[in-house]
Amino acid sequence: MADPGAVASAPSRWHSLASAAGREPVALLGFAMVGSLALVAIVVGFLPLRDPLELSGQRLAAPSLERPFGTDALGRDLLSRILHGAQLSMRVAVLSVAAAALVGGAIGLVSGYVGRTLDLAIGRVMDVFFAFPAILLALGIVAALGPDPRNVIIAIAVVYTPIFSRVVRAPVLALKAREFVEAARSVGATPSRIVLRHILPNLTSTLIVQISLALSWAVLTEGALSFLGLSAQPPAPSWGVMLNEGRQHLELATHLALFPGLAIMFAVLGFNLLGDGLRDTLDPQRR
Amino acid sequence: MIAYVAKRLIGAIPTLIGVSLLTFLFIRLIPGDAIAARLGTSQALTPEQLASLRAYLGLDQPLPQQYWTWLTSLLHGDLGYSIRTGRPVLVEIAQRLPATLELALAAAVIAVAVGLPLGIVSALRPRSRLDLAVRVAGLIGLSLPNFWLGTLLIVLFSLYLRWMPNTGGYVDFAQDPLANLQFLIFPAVTLGLALAAATMRMTRSAMLDVLGADYVRTARAKGLASNVVLRRHALKNALIVVVTLLGIQVGQLLGGAVVVEEIFSVPGVGRMLLNAILQRDYALVQGTVLAVALLFVALNIIVDLLYGYLDPRIRLG
Repeated sequence: MADPGAVASAPSRWHSLASAAGREPVALLGFAMVGSLALVAIVVGFLPLRDPLELSGQRLAAPSLERPFGTDALGRDLLSRILHGAQLSMRVAVLSVAAAALVGGAIGLVSGYVGRTLDLAIGRVMDVFFAFPAILLALGIVAALGPDPRNVIIAIAVVYTPIFSRVVRAPVLALKAREFVEAARSVGATPSRIVLRHILPNLTSTLIVQISLALSWAVLTEGALSFLGLSAQPPAPSWGVMLNEGRQHLELATHLALFPGLAIMFAVLGFNLLGDGLRDTLDPQRR
Repeated sequence: MIAYVAKRLIGAIPTLIGVSLLTFLFIRLIPGDAIAARLGTSQALTPEQLASLRAYLGLDQPLPQQYWTWLTSLLHGDLGYSIRTGRPVLVEIAQRLPATLELALAAAVIAVAVGLPLGIVSALRPRSRLDLAVRVAGLIGLSLPNFWLGTLLIVLFSLYLRWMPNTGGYVDFAQDPLANLQFLIFPAVTLGLALAAATMRMTRSAMLDVLGADYVRTARAKGLASNVVLRRHALKNALIVVVTLLGIQVGQLLGGAVVVEEIFSVPGVGRMLLNAILQRDYALVQGTVLAVALLFVALNIIVDLLYGYLDPRIRLG
């Protein structure tokens, strides 16, 4: 059955979202930061950098023209390691948040739309996950599965799935009582069609803001776990690992601990600015 | 109020059962044999020894029965033994918990002492230069990784300024309160900064909401002094929102303590948990995760009760 309303509104919704975000300088700055990071993560393999694992005789060299970020205790080029670290950090953050948004979003949609006993049961299960401090839950999962970036992705996804479920469920409850859903139901649209074509598009802005904030938490958590030795293992160019290695040479070479931390903060701040800015633009009450 | 307390406590029971089930299943998640996981190795054992150990530990029983056995011993205060030290897990946790609780409390105090006034000041002069400065500081505070901040504090204060007041290690509060607080100040700042930023943002937005509300306009219109309006009408209502959100966040400090305790060598539960994970001391990991989760649930219930007490609409609604 043709559904011109839903189809025509989809591109214009994106367009209005983009133009609204363009008017908000905070969102724009966040977008620029996140965008440059994503670009680095994608093209880092093609950049004229030294091998991030290549050892050299220049150990603990201070930043110079030749080596802008200096070298670490094994003489490896820090600039190259930091830029390669962006790839690892972004991969973990994007994959874990994508999984959480898909699974948690689906659970929230079904839970909110079907309601009754199913909603209650799902709510109870989610409550159990909310009974753990977020970092502790991630730590426990990684402890059980083993220290590896793949398991960190699983851990972050598990922590964020209940959050996405809850964020999606509440507006679904409100939306399913609205006239346009009633109308779709009365002309015989199937539940899955109603949920996907009529309810889901109305959640886009909520989801985008939540995804942006989740990404900032994911970068921070991956950094913390790899700092603690529970994610990527040396010699991998991971920001958390580098920061931890830098801690042993604080007195001789402070830059070793400075640059990886700045990189993590840049990423987290970028996602926070983007999420904050988008929320301010999309929520009329906050303007 | 009593009915509300009872309702809230009964409502927590399914969650507690779920938490116990999840922590019980945690050991099952570990790839490989459960005994090997408990011992940290399986290479030294013959198949016969493994089988008898399995029977001894009750691992040959069906899963629901194992859970029941585990739960009943749990209710008797038996969380098993640490493989590394051989001491009861409960004793290990009880010994380490005070340092962690003190650290979390100090961090929460710093967060409120810094975040609350800044949030109020910021909301009173929205879009002013001060407001902008506070908001930028808030965003940066929220984005600073605590493991980096801790490292920077050590670099700045102990290497460059040589101000680190106490590098002699952790001292028990009962032993020497002053030395204890001197030691905890940097870890507490590290742990509390993100929460201070979050508190500031929450307070600012709650105050802005309240200051724009009709009843505040009415209070002003009938000629009340502006600081009376602020204290009696605006601040009180804004605080309700802040208390709730803060309550949820304070519990998260228990998780963040893992990182901060590691950096500053605080002998708390978090550092113990990390070592237990790295040494594959699974009984200790399991017990610690369970204990912290129970504490977290209890804290959330207390916050809920506080919320119900502050705002009658909640407990009556």
